[in-house]
Amino acid sequence: MEIRLKGISHSYRDGGLKVLSDINLSIREGEIVCLIGPSGCGKSTLLRIIGGLELPSAGDVLQVGDPPPTSLNPLTYVFQDFALLPWRTVEGNISLALEDHPIGRKMRTEIIDGVLARTNLTEFRKAYPRQLSGGMKQRVAIARALSVNPAVMLMDEPLSALDSQIREILMADLIELWCRENFTAFYVTHNLAEAVRLGHRVAVLSRRPGRIREIIEIETPLDQRSADSPELGRHQQHLWEMLRDEARAADLELANV
Amino acid sequence: MSDATVALTAPAEKPVRFRGGGFRTRPLGIISPVVFVVVIGLWELGSQSGLIDKLILPAPSEALRALLELIETGNLWKHLGASLQRLIVGWTAGTILGIGMGLAIALFSYVRAGAQPLVSAIFPIPKIALLPLFIIWFGIGEGSKIATILFGTFFPTVIATYGGVDNVDRTLIRMAQSFGVSWWSIVRKIIIPGAMPAILSGFRISIAIAIVLLVAAEMIGAEFGVGAYILLAGSLVATDQLIAGVAILSALGLTIAWLIGKAESYLLRWRT
Repeated sequence: MEIRLKGISHSYRDGGLKVLSDINLSIREGEIVCLIGPSGCGKSTLLRIIGGLELPSAGDVLQVGDPPPTSLNPLTYVFQDFALLPWRTVEGNISLALEDHPIGRKMRTEIIDGVLARTNLTEFRKAYPRQLSGGMKQRVAIARALSVNPAVMLMDEPLSALDSQIREILMADLIELWCRENFTAFYVTHNLAEAVRLGHRVAVLSRRPGRIREIIEIETPLDQRSADSPELGRHQQHLWEMLRDEARAADLELANV
Repeated sequence: MSDATVALTAPAEKPVRFRGGGFRTRPLGIISPVVFVVVIGLWELGSQSGLIDKLILPAPSEALRALLELIETGNLWKHLGASLQRLIVGWTAGTILGIGMGLAIALFSYVRAGAQPLVSAIFPIPKIALLPLFIIWFGIGEGSKIATILFGTFFPTVIATYGGVDNVDRTLIRMAQSFGVSWWSIVRKIIIPGAMPAILSGFRISIAIAIVLLVAAEMIGAEFGVGAYILLAGSLVATDQLIAGVAILSALGLTIAWLIGKAESYLLRWRT
């Protein structure tokens, strides 16, 4: 399944503040598309629009082809703040995503066992979120997303709330996971290093109203990218030059309000 | 001269003054029973020595004797049983209706727009002022007493419930929607557990109000009940019985607070 965005524009309150302007983009099967942009440029709004949590003022989000029949929730989010229910254990949190689907109790347990094993969480299944570190919580959220077998994962700055060491570890985990399962993802971040490590393509959004300035393609396979590779460094430098001006202008804009 | 240079090159060392600490209470388990014993002991001593007029304030030992007598004659169960029955029926009904109404106000815009001003208008009325009206409506018997307690419990529960729901983390609701969780499942699995801390603290308030209303209602036309017992003791200037009745109320309140504490630690065990 592929997701195609056609002329997405959005403004808050009719005719008010315009946040997105004529976004055209497609997310192809088995690829990770990263979206970067200065803060307040509408990255998260775009993500909510793609997943059907918000309606755009204009334009369409199209689903090209059907999701695999085993997919319980084709468009699945991973949130920055994890969004785990504090009153449920790790397995209870994953179970929440499955309970409303007509699959038996046995099937549900099997799915939970499977995703816990894939994210190395098996021994934490009975733990409550308050007992887990930030990195562990995000692993649980990723396990929950995997449990519904999504066609496209919509990731909203999933590593931004974590410290830099944990971020590095989780990034390696995501790369490993992608190499095994080739999941499709739209990955919003403001961290350039993350974008060039994880993205097959990186889209740069301008300051408000956000429009796509450029889409760069990174050829190196994910598992051959390392933090100090010169090619990634070049890409990162290029992205930074683009973003710097946008970020500076956005900063001044806010100061003038 | 040379001494002064030495002093300049080697400045005096002194430890940085500690400025932290304080503003934190320590648990001191033995203090509270000691205070209890001392207060009751002084009171007993004052009564025995004649410093306190026994007619005005009887000795604790006399109040205890009155309480034992109440137990021996079996009247304690008659009074306490009648009170507990009213309290349990009135509070339970008020709580169930209150939670239902609170959820309806929190979840449906029309109910909120229609019922919230009504709740705000009726909430501040001391419900005891409505007792005469309830007596006209439901008679002097159990009906009016239970209605008063029910009413008194209902409004704080409504307010605690919809306040609790309003404070449920929206990101959790959005997360559930993004997984296609149904409306009813979101209410059951996210909204109600999320509002539970607020609902339980509402219980503490509503139960205190219920006990106040119970005693007040029993003082107006009841044969049995702790309130009736206290009122009768007062009319007969039997202050020992009066104090015994008040002690029963204190024990009742403490027991209920303990039960709510138990319910909290069970229902909110996911918190630290």
